[in-house]
Amino acid sequence: MKKRIFVTLKPGVLDPQGRAVHHALDGLGYAGVNDVRIGRLIELDVADDVSDETIAEMCEKLLANMVIENYRIEDAA
Amino acid sequence: MNSAVITFPGSNCDRDMMVALRDVFGKAPTQVWHRDTALPDNLDFIALPGGFSYGDYLRSGAMAANSPIMREVKAAAERGVPVLGVCNGFQVLTEAGLLPGALMRNAGQHFVCRDVALKVENAQTLFTAAYDAGETITIPVAHHDGNYFADEATLDALEGEGRVVFRYTQATNGSRRDIAGIVSAGGNVLGMMPHPERAIDPAHGGTEGRRLFQAVMEGLAATA
Repeated sequence: MKKRIFVTLKPGVLDPQGRAVHHALDGLGYAGVNDVRIGRLIELDVADDVSDETIAEMCEKLLANMVIENYRIEDAA
Repeated sequence: MNSAVITFPGSNCDRDMMVALRDVFGKAPTQVWHRDTALPDNLDFIALPGGFSYGDYLRSGAMAANSPIMREVKAAAERGVPVLGVCNGFQVLTEAGLLPGALMRNAGQHFVCRDVALKVENAQTLFTAAYDAGETITIPVAHHDGNYFADEATLDALEGEGRVVFRYTQATNGSRRDIAGIVSAGGNVLGMMPHPERAIDPAHGGTEGRRLFQAVMEGLAATA
């Protein structure tokens, strides 16, 4: 069973990487980009009996830093 | 003084830290490997050195914070054993939950490697008793992820409790309130981005880090 975990910075946490990329997009001439925030996608291949609760625990213990990040778990197609 | 330096795969300031501890404490520290499951008996001081543990995979310090030896470091910290985390060591301490907040990518994106001026905000901790309150000292920094972040409530609490120990006198990496080092509520765990172990000998270009280790030694001798 495959799961996708999206780890993103919490709103209000400054994202220097996103800002640099935003600046680069501006430099390429793309107008209308209001904001860029960079996150992380983690793909997990887990046994079928691993619950989303267990995966949430993995996120909170290691995969995300709850001080600065949120996470979202999705079933991968 | 029985001290230990924890070495993680990718630590690269562990030898500098060992030299500093041996020089100031007069006794060589024990080097402890991250996979060890026990610390030496009767430890007086534990240092988590700088470097790039686990290649900074996932987040700086995140993997090291979950290594076997960190269970023992946490237990020792809870018993009141002084723990110093420098640079990557500070990142490990926040990831391990021994200190609040997180260390993010420098706001300017660049690796910052130079001497910085630090204001000693609290000279009444075990680590800073040999400095004067408000004194400005010069210590080198060398990091990419030193941008200290915590929410406003946490920052206010840290300030109110005197737990902001060192502050950059000039913006260095985007840290909230220019925080360079903080202590735990119990006062026995210090995390700081600047490297005091790189400022203990005149040949380093400065010796103002030396008093941090001296203060620990004298503080522990006084309470022994």
